[in-house]
Amino acid sequence: MSEMTYRDALNLALKEELRRDPSVVLWGEDVALYEGSFKVTRGLLAEFGEERIKDTPISENTIVGVAVGAAMGGLRPVAELMTVNFALLAMDQIINHMAKIRSMFGGQTFLPMVVRMPGGGGSQLAAQHSQSLESYFMHCPGLHIAYPATPADAKGLLKSAIRDNNPVIFLEHELLYNSKGEVPDDPEFLVPFGRANIIRSGTDVTIVAYARMSILALQAAGELEKEGVSCEVIDLRTLSPLDSETFIASARKTGRAVVVEECWGTAGLGGDIAHRIHEACFDNLLAPVRRVSGLDVPMPYSRKIEKICIPRAETIADAVREVVGRKY
Amino acid sequence: METRLRATLPDQELLKLYEQMVLSREFEESCAEQYTKGHITGFLHLYSGQEAVAVGATAGLHKDDYILSAYREHAQAIVRGADPRRVMAELFGKATGVCKGKGGSMHLFDPALNFMGGYAIVGGQFPIAVGLAFAAKYRQEDRIAACFFGDGAVNQGTFHESLNWARLWELPVLFICENNFYGIGTEVHRSSALASIHKRTCGYDIPSEKVDGMDVVAVYKAIKYAAEKVRETSHPYFIEAVTYRFRGHSMADPAKYRSVAEHEVWKSRDPIPALAKRLVAEEITTDEHLAGIRNKCLALVQEAVKFAEESPWPEDSEVYNDIYV
Ligand SMILES: Cc1ncc(C[n+]2csc(CCOP(=O)(O)OP(=O)(O)O)c2C)c(N)n1
Ligand SMILES: [Mg+2]
Repeated sequence: MSEMTYRDALNLALKEELRRDPSVVLWGEDVALYEGSFKVTRGLLAEFGEERIKDTPISENTIVGVAVGAAMGGLRPVAELMTVNFALLAMDQIINHMAKIRSMFGGQTFLPMVVRMPGGGGSQLAAQHSQSLESYFMHCPGLHIAYPATPADAKGLLKSAIRDNNPVIFLEHELLYNSKGEVPDDPEFLVPFGRANIIRSGTDVTIVAYARMSILALQAAGELEKEGVSCEVIDLRTLSPLDSETFIASARKTGRAVVVEECWGTAGLGGDIAHRIHEACFDNLLAPVRRVSGLDVPMPYSRKIEKICIPRAETIADAVREVVGRKY
Repeated sequence: METRLRATLPDQELLKLYEQMVLSREFEESCAEQYTKGHITGFLHLYSGQEAVAVGATAGLHKDDYILSAYREHAQAIVRGADPRRVMAELFGKATGVCKGKGGSMHLFDPALNFMGGYAIVGGQFPIAVGLAFAAKYRQEDRIAACFFGDGAVNQGTFHESLNWARLWELPVLFICENNFYGIGTEVHRSSALASIHKRTCGYDIPSEKVDGMDVVAVYKAIKYAAEKVRETSHPYFIEAVTYRFRGHSMADPAKYRSVAEHEVWKSRDPIPALAKRLVAEEITTDEHLAGIRNKCLALVQEAVKFAEESPWPEDSEVYNDIYV
């Protein structure tokens, strides 16, 4: 085990997989010489050279499409989109090509590729640079989607993503890059897709979350413990495959659930998860499932009002208090 | 000036080009009939009139070269070697189709033939061709990627992004524009500021040429030359083949935006009788022999229809297969 940041854990995952498999190649805007706008690709050009670590033009749709072609041609490309916001320019290649090619061609090919993209709000970057678009991807069959909360998962999930023979959307939270944690040194350490992590056990209420929301849920659980409320916190790790079994079993046990999502609430993934819990646990539930979501607004710049648009530990705690019947 | 056929290819090869064009034409005309009968449904874009492009181009490529195309791609797949029976079955939506009935007319695919797909998002295939070319170069494989597309695709962002990218990374991509003058009902001069499409590559420093897409031998020569250039230099190259589709954009289009006179002019340049005339004039073959070739193609197409008709539908359980590995 070594203590390192989420950023360095991602960087280590990339290095280990590039060392392990010569068919892994990496490209994106400013990833080589500039070493990435969030420095996740630091040192890669120096170690692996121009053949494998490549700067690209500012052409998001083509960044993804070239990866689709390269994957079909026998490589394992890892493409970086500078932020998830720019993935909207690549939605044609992501949704119409990357997600469809295997199925529409009758299973005759597969796409072992990863598209990495930092995202999330909270840095006063205003409406066009603060989005959480995970529900957009999750809506579409054919993609795997990972979104790590901790440095260890950042490493283990990214390594699994690169080895996955399915196309993977790999989301990284910009506010987690500097977060620290213990990370296994083993180059064969992998975190499997489709297995949620019970990051805190409890008995009164289940909180389902992912990425930065899981960290906030843990903080809320810590506060609530002081009030005598025992929370079980489930970090989804991957949104596709979605490990419904784990959160359904937990909600059945606790009888209460709160679902936290950073994205907009309307038609957001939290609605789907809440519905799955209602349907599977109706007879066990002691209260309706609550959702905590990003506010349904384009993100404002001013930090005073940006703050209220994103779920916080306090808003998660308030939702838990409501479902356990203790309103403050 | 037309070159003498014998100066370009051996007799057997020339006859093969003829046969492939006839097979393509008969296949398409049979599709139209099957569509009218309700056996083929959905979108159906036929290639009649443009055969010289697919046939000449494929002859100018190596078998290992990748081919990608848009949704008007039956001929490209068949000429590459796809079994007409399994292509027809795909169009019928049958389990025996090349893509198990999941792709249909617009999404043929056969990796064993390096036929890397028909794509129905206009311009969607450009970056994928670039990526395949990158993989080939990275893996030091002796192959190039040939990317077919229409005149309408040149105003998509992916066209410009991919030309720039292919040149920037020095990738072996051969871009082949089939200029049939229309994107559905919009003529080139109503959609492109510079209607001379091959000139648009100068912004990307990619050499380009225009070729008569109704002359199969001219297409063959141009593509062979361009493909060898791409292979030698690992730089992209661009061919604009000027051609015409004899039918509407799809089966749903009566093509009212074109004049009868225009259509007649192009009909008189039909690439199949044009080649037949030259083959006979140069005494490479006889009219009787050519009629025999046509009968052989008709029989193949009839067999394809029969195979498709008799094939089973996909099982309902198939819907969940082939999405993930
Ligand atoms: C992105 C996108 N926009 C629009 C369409 C609808 N559409 C299908 S074919 C077509 C015209 C394309 O013309 P061209 O590239 O010249 O090919 P042709 O049909 O002549 O072979 C259009 C607009 C589409 N399929 N994809
Ligand atoms: Mg056209």
